[in-house]
Amino acid sequence: MINSLTISQAHKKLKAKEISASELTQSCIDRIEAVDEKLNAVVHRNFDRALEHAKEIDAKGKFDHPLTGIPYLAKDVFCEEGVQTTACSNILQKKPPFASAPQASQKASDGRDYVPPFNSTTTKRLNAVGAISLGKTNTDEFTMGASTENSCYGVTRNPWDTERVAGGSSGGSASAVAADECIFALGTDTGGSIRQPAGFCGCTGLRTTYGRTSRYGVMSMASSLDTIGGLTKNVEDYATFLSAIAGQDPKDATTANIPVPDYGKALTGDIKGLKIGLPKEYFIEGIDSEVEAAVREATKTLEGLGATIKEISLPHTQYAIATYYVIISSEISSNMARYDGIRFGHTEDAENLIEHYFNARSSGFGDEVKRRIMLGTFALSAGYYDAYYRQSQKVRALIQQDFINAFKDVDAIVSPVSPTPAFTVGAHENDLLAMYLEDVLTAPQALAGVPALSVPCGFSKTNLPIGLQIMGQQWGEETVLKVGHAYESATDWNTKKPVV
Amino acid sequence: MATLTTDQVRHIAKLARLTLSDAEVKKFTTELTSILEYVDRLQKVDTKNIEPLKNVTGQQNSWREDAVTTDVIDPDALLECSALPIVDRQIKTPSAHG
Repeated sequence: MINSLTISQAHKKLKAKEISASELTQSCIDRIEAVDEKLNAVVHRNFDRALEHAKEIDAKGKFDHPLTGIPYLAKDVFCEEGVQTTACSNILQKKPPFASAPQASQKASDGRDYVPPFNSTTTKRLNAVGAISLGKTNTDEFTMGASTENSCYGVTRNPWDTERVAGGSSGGSASAVAADECIFALGTDTGGSIRQPAGFCGCTGLRTTYGRTSRYGVMSMASSLDTIGGLTKNVEDYATFLSAIAGQDPKDATTANIPVPDYGKALTGDIKGLKIGLPKEYFIEGIDSEVEAAVREATKTLEGLGATIKEISLPHTQYAIATYYVIISSEISSNMARYDGIRFGHTEDAENLIEHYFNARSSGFGDEVKRRIMLGTFALSAGYYDAYYRQSQKVRALIQQDFINAFKDVDAIVSPVSPTPAFTVGAHENDLLAMYLEDVLTAPQALAGVPALSVPCGFSKTNLPIGLQIMGQQWGEETVLKVGHAYESATDWNTKKPVV
Repeated sequence: MATLTTDQVRHIAKLARLTLSDAEVKKFTTELTSILEYVDRLQKVDTKNIEPLKNVTGQQNSWREDAVTTDVIDPDALLECSALPIVDRQIKTPSAHG
């Protein structure tokens, strides 16, 4: 089935006219229709437009760019002109969530589904080279979560075991890529939201250096930490994808004026002499023994390829989650202020303006969003700012310094992505901190603004994927991808497929 | 410092424009207190002489030429996203004065 192809395999076949973009698109659509009832990975379907787009591309018949004619799914926070985009939140749609009432009977106080009149820079760049958008994937509401359970559309299931979560918040994208519902998918990573679901579902996912990819047109969670990326079936595909979306954007002033390399050229397979650090603080109590064993085995593979492994220390690791939650909550309380029930989405009847704000926000936001807004409002309020927000930004500086010091001695750092393989749906339902601690190994890189890759490095006895994390210096995506590619070429974990 | 009272939670919710039921106030007070207790470990970190991080990549100002750009979103299309009535190309909201 051609929906299971990688980007590079599909590109070769499209170029040789062995398959058409229409056939490839139809094959992904068929797969979504066959298995998504079990997974709940896709929340908005854009199939008619995708098939039309594919037909246009076939008519042109030119497949010079490696992404031309390649179907993809986007996390439900990427604005796309004319395509419903809701961040899996009730606040960006009419009520009830699955309203079937005819348009004519709709009144203003029912709100309106948000259909953006513009494109994110990422979807614009992808569409410009002829990649085909199939629709939107499930996420925790406004990307706030680590399991895709906090979605108004319900939980996304892991294709390796549908009793388990796909991870989050880019869980829909990871589940869809692992189940071959698309060739690649877009995601966002604020504190692990690409890497953790990639690890849980056995995909490849990279968090880029902050400012490497444009955030324009992607609904914000925490602006100083949000990064844009995706999920692919291998590292080679990721290099192709990243080369197409990275680079400065006049519409996002935090993107850097640093040239984008051809990431594919970095994939030489040669990592001889490379120094790789193993941080002792990442092998703490609570790390599953099978996860630890798989990661230690991976370091042996890297050694076998000529790299040297050295134990290092990132001493402030234990403070990362506390720092991360104060900073993101503060930024969330500010970013979520725009959802006031006036310019878009959900509204409620109200006597006056202030009541309108209260009504729209209280019925539109889910509990996790409310919790973070309130935590941030508190952390930024008079009398508490110094103790919480300012102290967190100081600790963040120390965490960044840990990485700067470590990279004086090593070229890359490896660790597990998550302490355990995918957990069962509902496992953290009554334990907020347990859910927050899912990010314990992925928040530090986010705070330091460094790139980190997740690649599959084994399976648990229960046949669940395990992820290897490879970190690099700021703007060091080439090194990270090179190590990931060399590892992947020496193993076959990334080629395993779940039976859905 | 780590304990929040129900009155504090009511106050925070008001600042954040969120209406909470009594049961929600109770629930969020417990949950937010447990997060703050965890976060309290930050007070133990010695940050003497450490400047707060302001910019993670150290990128400086980003300039563009001072010229008119036409690559903007159509304002009428943005107005259409609102469910509220549009009058004279403005969104009509409930009165701010009640």
